[in-house]
Amino acid sequence: MKHYERDDSSRNQSSLWHSSDSSLLKGGDSGRKDKGEAVFLGQELTSLRLCFPQVEPHATIAEIKNLFTKTHPQWYPARQSLRLDPKGKSLKDEDVLQKLPVGTTATLYFRDLGAQISWVTVFLTEYAGPLFIYLLFYFRVPFIYGHKYDFTSSRHTVVHLACICHSFHYIKRLLETLFVHRFSHGTMPLRNIFKNCTYYWGFAAWMAYYINHPLYTPPTYGAQQVKLALAIFVICQLGNFSIHMALRDLRPAGSKTRKIPYPTKNPFTWLFLLVSCPNYTYEVGSWIGFAIMTQCLPVALFSLVGFTQMTIWAKGKHRSYLKEFRDYPPLRMPIIPFLL
Amino acid sequence: MGRLTEAAAAGSGSRAAGWAGSPPTLLPLSPTSPRWLVLAIAMVRFYMEKGTHRGLYKSIQKTLKFFQTFALLEIVHCLIGIVPTSVIVTGVQVSSRIFMVWLITHSIKPIQNEESVVLFLVAWTVTEITRYSFYTFSLLDHLPYFIKWARYNFFIILYPVGVAGELLTIYAALPHVKKTGMFSIRLPNKYNVSFDYYYFLLITMASYIPLFPQLYFHMLRQRRKVLHGEVIVEKDD
Repeated sequence: MKHYERDDSSRNQSSLWHSSDSSLLKGGDSGRKDKGEAVFLGQELTSLRLCFPQVEPHATIAEIKNLFTKTHPQWYPARQSLRLDPKGKSLKDEDVLQKLPVGTTATLYFRDLGAQISWVTVFLTEYAGPLFIYLLFYFRVPFIYGHKYDFTSSRHTVVHLACICHSFHYIKRLLETLFVHRFSHGTMPLRNIFKNCTYYWGFAAWMAYYINHPLYTPPTYGAQQVKLALAIFVICQLGNFSIHMALRDLRPAGSKTRKIPYPTKNPFTWLFLLVSCPNYTYEVGSWIGFAIMTQCLPVALFSLVGFTQMTIWAKGKHRSYLKEFRDYPPLRMPIIPFLL
Repeated sequence: MGRLTEAAAAGSGSRAAGWAGSPPTLLPLSPTSPRWLVLAIAMVRFYMEKGTHRGLYKSIQKTLKFFQTFALLEIVHCLIGIVPTSVIVTGVQVSSRIFMVWLITHSIKPIQNEESVVLFLVAWTVTEITRYSFYTFSLLDHLPYFIKWARYNFFIILYPVGVAGELLTIYAALPHVKKTGMFSIRLPNKYNVSFDYYYFLLITMASYIPLFPQLYFHMLRQRRKVLHGEVIVEKDD
C-alpha cells in the first residue's frame, strides 16, 4: 500500500488573495490531516493544493471529494472540481487515483464551482412555470385583461387548441424529466435556475398574453392553416419523444456511457441518418408549428431564440461526437439536414 | 472579465466616458479618427456665431449621425478579431449610442433644442477625443502622461454628465411619444403582437439604475489599477 508523502512546506502566502481563500487557511488545522497551501495562479484560477496522507491508490476521485468535504463541509462534492493541472480539465468521479499520471505524491488542484442545484430540480421548475402561467392567461384570471373579460372564454377554436398543445408540450417535458431522461451531470450552477426560469416563464407569459387576448386575431388562412400547423406540431412532438426514448435506451440505468445513436425501427428516429441531434430538430419543428397555428409574432420570436440556442448546443454535441468517435457517420449535420 | 461587467452595463452615458476595451488598430489609418474633433469644432463655432444652443443639433446632426453610425465599424473590428474586446460589449455600446442618435434625437424633433442634448453631445465629444487620442498615441508608443491621465480621470465628471444628458433628453421626449403614439403597434392586428414605445422608454430609463453604477465602479477600478498601480483581483466567474 503506497503512502502519499506529507507536504511540510510552510504556508506560502502570496500577497494576492482571492477573498474566500483566507477562510480556508484560517479553518485548516495544522495537524496531520491536511495542510492546505493557497496558491494564486494568475488572474483566472484560485487553487488550493491539497495533501491527504494515507490515501489508498485505488481510491476514486469521488472518494477523495468526500474526504475533502469532511474537512471543508461548505464544499460538498458537487461543488468541487479537482484537476491535475490548474488549467486542465476536471477529473471525473469515476477516475481511479493509481490510473492517473501521478507519482507517489498526487497533487490535485481544487476549484469551487459555486453553489449547485440538481438538473432534475431545474428542469421541473422551469417547465412547471410555463404550464401554470399559460393557464392563468387562458382562464383570463383578473388583473390581466380588462375586468369585463375576467374568467371569460375565447370564441375561437384555435385558442382552445393552442392551450391544449402548449399544456401537452410542457406536461410531456415534465414526465420525460421524471421518467425518461438519463442525465450525465448531476448538478449545474445555482444561478442557472434564475436565468432559465426567467427565460421560460417570461416567454410563456408573453405568448400566452396575446394568444388568449380578447382582441386576438385568428390565422389568416383559417381552419386550413390551423390543421396543417397542428399536424406539424403533433408529428414533431412524437418525433421528439421517439428520440428521447432512443437516447435513453442507448444508456443503461445509472451509467454515464456515451455511444453513437443510430436509427431504430421507429421511423421518427430515421432522422438520425441526417442529424446528430434530431430531438432539437423536432423541437424547433414543434414550435414552428405552434407559431403557424397561432399566427402570433411572440411565438415566432420564441422559436427563433430557442432555435439559436439549440443550434449552439447541437454544434457542441456534434463536435464532441466527432472528437470521441472516429467512425462517426460523415453525412450527419448537427441540427438541420444538409444545412446546419 | 472586467469587460464583461462593462457589457452588463448598457447605460450609454456611462459608455460615453469609458469604453475600456477596443483599441482600434485600424484607426490611425481610417479617415474617421479626427471625426469627433470635427464635431467639437463645429459645435464650438456654432455657439460662437449664434450665441445660443438652439439649432445646434440641427446644424451638426448630419455629421453626428454619419460618424456615430460609422461606429458600427468597431463591431466589425471585434468580429474579425483585430480587437480583443468581445463583440457583445462593443455591440451593446454602439447600439445604445445609435439608439440615442436615431431613435431619440433624430425621430423626436421637438426635443432637439433641449439643453440636455448639448449636455450629452459635449460629454460624448470630449470622451471620444480623449479616448481616440489615447489609442492613437498608445499605438505610436508615445503616450504623453496627460492623455493617460485625461482618459482615466475625465470620465469621473463626464459619465454622470453624459448619463444626465441622455436621461433628461429621454424624459423630455416622453410627452411627445405618448401623444403621437410613435413606433407603437396596438391590438388587434394580424400578427397578434403589440409594442408601446412609451413604456419601452420608461424601461430603458429604469435600466440605467442598475447599469450605470456597475460601469462607473468598473472604470474607477480600472483607474486605480492603471494610474495608481494598485493590483486588483477580479473574480472570474
